[in-house]
Amino acid sequence: MQTGTSASEGTTRQGPPTHAVDSRLATPRPSVEVGRPAAAGDEKLTVKSRAENLSFYYGSVKALKGLNIEIREKRVTALIGPSGCGKTTFLRCFNRMHDLTPGTRYEGSIMLYPDAFDLVAKGVDPIEVRMRIGMVFQKPNPFPKSIFENVAYGLRVRGMRSNARVEEEVEKALRKAAIWDEVKDRLDSSGLSLSGGQQQRLCIARALATSPEILLFDEPTSALDPIATARIEELIAELRDQVTVIIVTHNMQQAARVSDYTAFMYLGELIEFDNTSKLFTNPSQKATEDYITGRYG
Amino acid sequence: MNATTADVATRQIRADVSRRKIFDQLFVIVGLLIMFAALLVLVLLFLDLVHDGAPRLNWDFLTQFPSRKAERAGILSAWVGTSLIMLTTAAVAVPVGVAAAIYLEEYAPKNWVTAIIEINVTNLAGVPSIIYGLLALGLFVYQFGLGQSILAAGLTLSLLILPIVIVATRESLRAVPRTIREAAYALGATRWEVTAHHVLPYSTGGILTGMIIGLSRAIGETAPLITIGALSFIAFLPESPFKSEFPFLSFAWLKDGFTAMPIQMFNWVSRPDPKFQVNAAAAGAILLGMTLLMNGVAIYVRYRFRKRINW
Repeated sequence: MQTGTSASEGTTRQGPPTHAVDSRLATPRPSVEVGRPAAAGDEKLTVKSRAENLSFYYGSVKALKGLNIEIREKRVTALIGPSGCGKTTFLRCFNRMHDLTPGTRYEGSIMLYPDAFDLVAKGVDPIEVRMRIGMVFQKPNPFPKSIFENVAYGLRVRGMRSNARVEEEVEKALRKAAIWDEVKDRLDSSGLSLSGGQQQRLCIARALATSPEILLFDEPTSALDPIATARIEELIAELRDQVTVIIVTHNMQQAARVSDYTAFMYLGELIEFDNTSKLFTNPSQKATEDYITGRYG
Repeated sequence: MNATTADVATRQIRADVSRRKIFDQLFVIVGLLIMFAALLVLVLLFLDLVHDGAPRLNWDFLTQFPSRKAERAGILSAWVGTSLIMLTTAAVAVPVGVAAAIYLEEYAPKNWVTAIIEINVTNLAGVPSIIYGLLALGLFVYQFGLGQSILAAGLTLSLLILPIVIVATRESLRAVPRTIREAAYALGATRWEVTAHHVLPYSTGGILTGMIIGLSRAIGETAPLITIGALSFIAFLPESPFKSEFPFLSFAWLKDGFTAMPIQMFNWVSRPDPKFQVNAAAAGAILLGMTLLMNGVAIYVRYRFRKRINW
């Protein structure tokens, strides 16, 4: 199976395209088309986003080297790889978090479908990007405000004035994040009064409240104990019907458990991208196999 | 290893640890001694002032104007003047200082211009207060024509404490973790929204502390006020800030002449009549009490905000 996902660029690692339809896909699934459901197969697969030849620079350091990847709508895509491989850097391109650091630069494009909006184009305001793409961070970072205000904040930034609507949306988000039952009686207490796992689910609710098109997870369980981790993983599995998820994880078991697709990155390059089951059982690249069998990383 | 050699090893380790720990104990003793010496001086000074001023520490002292007769002289005009000057100082220094700190910390690009500004802000904190007095005399009193007024005094002292407010505010802004800023940005907030909704509210404790520490410095300042021409004998109060008719507030007092606690003290100390020394001691005790009270408030405020927000 080929490793890159780009159809037109014909990356060097990619084998000669045998068939136009096949070459668009890095997975055994049948044809995927941009912006509308695939014709074949019982699952409706749509490309939500596509990185095309994406490079990223911290000053003069090139951290990402021409990535090409397709993110499927309402599926979970995991990014794995050893420390420093650029997986978090790549994730943070999707909501332009790098723009907060001076001296960073993007090349190439990340298209967001269906409207073919280039997230990293020069004239695009990062705030506009962040209005459409949510993020959950490595360490739970609730605001030192009430649980209610934490979830309501994104709505308030978007100018939602009606208290009834805000309350409704907050409840919906907390239910989606599977934390409603635990906090419904104490919405006024501080978000910091919750346990670590609850805080992280609160952060997920906060991100879900604004109905993001893509939800980014940056090692969301690395600060949590195994039980809290299991709950977050369950939650991500439930979310896949509702939102497109990209998750960075250093835990390969986690990637195998929660994701539909997995991308293996190494030294700022995308080495292999495939169905999660395929990538973990039958990787096509030697480097991927070495990594998932624990020979380095 | 048999039991006896193990015992020997254990004893050696214990001896070694307790020998090295002597320095810990020594340092604790030295530290405590130094601390108590410093505190003792302050407490003795305060008690001495209270003792010397005891005959005058009563309600009348607070409600009487200065007088040529020591036993009838009070500090009414002095503490009212000090309070109004502090109000003016805070009203000017806090908005300007906090705004400057927000700009430097959140908005300013990191380049050589801002680096020079930062160094100079820190340097300003070390400028002798008499220099500020001379600057204010030329600028506020004569150039701007404010005269020897409460407004001029408040502006002068706010210049003096501006660096303190800026430095304290910047430090508390910096204490807000990057992860909190990122959380707000990730939800689509603008820089202003991140600052106004998150960074500023979460650092209020530190900002208030900085403000109060600045004001406690300003409350005891004498030199700049003398330089701009504070009066030492005022037998009237500035116009009242409150009015019975609309708009109920008046700012006419800003234009009035003033005296202040340290100036009143200075005036009494320099008189030959020993009865005035009693007055000076009583005024000193009250001034010190005001400063300690303000610092107490600062500590309480910081404690309250720390309890609410622990990252």
